[in-house]
Amino acid sequence: MSSEFTPDDLRHLARLARLELTAEELTLFSRQLSEFLAYAEQVQNIDTEGVPPTSHPTASTGALRDDERRPSLPRDAALAEAPDADRSAGLFKVPRVLGS
Amino acid sequence: MTFEGARAITEAIRSGQTSAVEVCRASLRRLEATDAAVHAFLAVDGDAALQSAAGLDARRDDWARLPLLGVPVGLKDNLCARGLPTTAASRILESYEPPYDATVVERLVRAGAVVIGKTNCDEFAMGSSTENSAFGATRNPWALDRTPGGSSGGSAAAVAARVVALAFGSDTGGSIRQPAAMCGVVGLKPTYGRVSRYGLLAFGSSLDQIGPLATSVADAALALQIIAGPDDRDATCSPSAVPDYVEALTGDVRDLRIGVPRDHLATGLDSEVAQSFDRAVDVLRREGAVIQDISLPYSGSAIPVYYLVATAEASSNLARYDGVRYGYRAANAESLGDMYDRTRDQGFGPEVKRRIMLGTYVLSSGYYEAYYRKAQQVRTLIRRDYEAALAQVDLIAVPTSPTPAFRLGERLDDPLQMYLADVFTVGANLAGLPAVSVPCGLTDDRLPIGFQLTGRSMDEATVLRAADAFERATRFSRLQPHLSTS
Repeated sequence: MSSEFTPDDLRHLARLARLELTAEELTLFSRQLSEFLAYAEQVQNIDTEGVPPTSHPTASTGALRDDERRPSLPRDAALAEAPDADRSAGLFKVPRVLGS
Repeated sequence: MTFEGARAITEAIRSGQTSAVEVCRASLRRLEATDAAVHAFLAVDGDAALQSAAGLDARRDDWARLPLLGVPVGLKDNLCARGLPTTAASRILESYEPPYDATVVERLVRAGAVVIGKTNCDEFAMGSSTENSAFGATRNPWALDRTPGGSSGGSAAAVAARVVALAFGSDTGGSIRQPAAMCGVVGLKPTYGRVSRYGLLAFGSSLDQIGPLATSVADAALALQIIAGPDDRDATCSPSAVPDYVEALTGDVRDLRIGVPRDHLATGLDSEVAQSFDRAVDVLRREGAVIQDISLPYSGSAIPVYYLVATAEASSNLARYDGVRYGYRAANAESLGDMYDRTRDQGFGPEVKRRIMLGTYVLSSGYYEAYYRKAQQVRTLIRRDYEAALAQVDLIAVPTSPTPAFRLGERLDDPLQMYLADVFTVGANLAGLPAVSVPCGLTDDRLPIGFQLTGRSMDEATVLRAADAFERATRFSRLQPHLSTS
């Protein structure tokens, strides 16, 4: 596959990643990311037939605990850092969703 | 009166030579004298620190239970600690104050440590020079025109400048060890799962570990003793018991076999680093360890594999910074989507954006198999390399960084050049193994050089034992920068 990023490729990714990039950023990043991908091409040539992927380097799969209720973050603390919140209703406020 | 290191401080307080308040005052004075030039710290609350210290002085009855009694510490700014902002050196969290403490912070404070402040780092721990901080670069105390390394550059500089006896950082691809090497201090990355990540702002969840930076291996061992251990708030934190790391420092390495992967060392190694490394290996040989050549055939792929996996994980982890619940929110957004896009574009710096974009690409439909899954498979091959080597030897020795500290601005235009700084450190993160960087020399320009020992999973005791034996036989950890104080 092509290891070249065009500004259009980048625009698509930026949409996916929820980033609004400037024209300068689009140009600069296209070049820098293309360079990285060209360098990373070498990974494609490695024979990995039958090799399982590693998603994390531990043997354990994470212990489960009993489903017992424990104290957690108080609601006011959770809302305390919100840029906009309705504290009495216990809600975070955001701009209109529809038409996004 | 100044005391070198955490243990000396606790002993001096216990014996009545000084008090926690006096030690704290000295730390704050030292900060004031050095930090205008070094910029290791982002947030400091001197009054709160003095209050904690006073509280400790008043609790004599508890002193025996406080292994870090009165020790001033610095915390990398991606570790949540109440009472100060936790910004991850990013504008997107510029005034964020977390409502909880990281597990590591809780344990340190419970052990009697005094938090002096939050240290500077590359934004969201992404970088190798601390130049990606949104709040200005930190300078290397050994040479103020050079970087301290990264991403835990502030923590490394704070210890090197002797503002704090201990500092804590995070290491995803070398971010504790590389700055430790560049600043002439000890830096330890524990085995993945040895230390709880609860309260660490996540970058690469399968790679991140919190660890100490210190002026001696013995202090690093003491620090690890405090922070290591089970935590059911982190599902990846191992439930296994913590051995006594301090007792493990017997000074004896005659039973140890140490492997050197000679073919891996051919990569762009500065000649002074190479010489210093060879001398370090000789020291261990003279101390009685058996040195042998080993091979890590896939080590040449470690950097691209790391950057494919880490950026993929980062793109997912950083999705939470969206202006909704905390942190920066862009003004005048017309819709929710618009708010997300503008908040993230305005709040994140260029390196963070680059990595999010790369990670998004690597995980995207049509490319996932070719890039992400492939990288995960090669990660398995890299892990197997280490397992095979560590079946023949107890430890693997390499230089920590291919070069000493580079100049500020030198690599900013070439991200790929910057990534290559991690060539000797990413392997331990990919394989989840413990690794320590120990000072092993100075260049002719008086810049620190470090070398690294990597061990078996959960075998920090052996890693620290060998590092400590090396330190006792040499004097490099005791060297300090000549920092002119204002």
